[in-house]
Amino acid sequence: MSVMRRPYFPPGMPLPAITDDTRPFWDACRRGELVIQRCTGCHTFRHLPAPVCWQCRSFAHEWIRVSGRGTIFTHATVHRAFLPELAAHVPYTVVVVALDDAPGVRLVSNLVDGEPAIGLPVEVVFEEVSPEVTVPRFRVRIP
Amino acid sequence: MKDTAAIVGIAESEYTKWGKLARCTEYQLALETILRAVDDAGLTIDDVDGFASFSNDRNEFCFVATDLGVPVVRYAGMTWVVGGGGACAAIGDAAMAIATGTARCVVVYRSIAMGQFRRFGRALAGDVVGVRPQDAALGFALPFGLFNATVGMALLVRRHMYRYGTTTEQLGHVAVTFRRHANRNSAAVMHDRPMTLADHAAAPRIVEPFGLLDCCLETDGACALVLVSPERARDLRHRPVYVAAAAQGTGPRYGCGAWAMHYMPEEDYTGGNTQTLAKSLYQTAGVEPRDLDCAQLYDHYTGMVLLQLEDFGICPRGESGPFAAAGELAWPDGALPTNTAGGSLSEAYIHGLNHAVEAVKQLRGVAVSQVPDAELALVASGSGIPTSALLLRR
Repeated sequence: MSVMRRPYFPPGMPLPAITDDTRPFWDACRRGELVIQRCTGCHTFRHLPAPVCWQCRSFAHEWIRVSGRGTIFTHATVHRAFLPELAAHVPYTVVVVALDDAPGVRLVSNLVDGEPAIGLPVEVVFEEVSPEVTVPRFRVRIP
Repeated sequence: MKDTAAIVGIAESEYTKWGKLARCTEYQLALETILRAVDDAGLTIDDVDGFASFSNDRNEFCFVATDLGVPVVRYAGMTWVVGGGGACAAIGDAAMAIATGTARCVVVYRSIAMGQFRRFGRALAGDVVGVRPQDAALGFALPFGLFNATVGMALLVRRHMYRYGTTTEQLGHVAVTFRRHANRNSAAVMHDRPMTLADHAAAPRIVEPFGLLDCCLETDGACALVLVSPERARDLRHRPVYVAAAAQGTGPRYGCGAWAMHYMPEEDYTGGNTQTLAKSLYQTAGVEPRDLDCAQLYDHYTGMVLLQLEDFGICPRGESGPFAAAGELAWPDGALPTNTAGGSLSEAYIHGLNHAVEAVKQLRGVAVSQVPDAELALVASGSGIPTSALLLRR
């Protein structure tokens, strides 16, 4: 498990709503694990978490621990402090990461180091942002 | 269905920068604009029996109808198509209500004074609370600084740039072209503010690949349109503009759109979520992209205009950047004059309803930058989200 030593954002960033559908994802992050929902019936991975499989309509699902490795699918560099708390913390980088071992699944996150580029290999790192919430971010991976 | 209804009345309030509408409330602006659209049609408020809007318009029909003394309301529609994707859907739904006989005269309206409520360019801030599907979705966006449409659409456009070699200078051509149109339109917020490609390149970065001049305005203003049956339209004041085709919807796994969700299939990622709408529109109306005389495309961001041009078959996939750079969107000489009043980038951000008003003006033959003898116009609402579009004809 990789844990970030320095926070990526200053205090005051929005925290996620944790619902019955999303709780296993966020609980796993607190353990330093990245898990993705998979349909028990047809084995299709899905994200966002949902009660039902979009492929086969089965409500049965399991949570699969994935390696946290992936590549940058797209990225954007945010220069404008859309929240006052971010005034001294721009620019920051939003990335969409395609996960290596969960076909079709992408996560919205941040790149904590390096220059973002589409196709760049990355790996997950975890940051505790509150006593209840740990979020997955990504860093450059040397393949 | 083809030619289900006709647009017979239009009105726009004054357009101002956000916060500059000081003389009245957003709600009063809605009421005034509705009355002026009804008057433009040559009808009275007693003729109106339906209302439609979008994006959870705060100015609810029940108060509007009560305060204007509308005798009977037979149709009230608020589309579920997301946000600014809903402008054309509201018009399409009004046309359906008329075609089915549910109502006889429907007013579509949107009043949006950002200065009195929320600036759209600001973050959707605060912790995400609640257990709706949307709350769960935002929990995977806001904590990572994906705060608003600017970030979301930048992610889509970046992928288009990667895949097709689209450049920021090509984005600049979209901004500059629409600004030139606005410079001719005295109602446009940016009427007296010329823009060059150098201005575009030098503007502060907001969310790369977007700079300030790639992003739409934040304004105060209102629009309204009045629809009746094609039969009724014949005897009214203006030449009718027919709803030749209306389409709404979304592609697979698009969720609430790229302002929060990025989980759609890869092949849909470099489009604007408007490919299927385009097919349906052209089929219904029995026309092709080359039959269009003008287009009014939702321009929340320059790059999203490019994605729509490809979705609607106005240029081949991947070639929208060079198409815009060649001046093909410009009035009067481009292949398809687009956003001829300036659009959301340079006229006003009325959530895309001003685009429909401009299309009606073009088809009446009274636009400021008039396309000679315009017969067929494409209007498209917010791309990158569940959305809607119209073909209008005279």
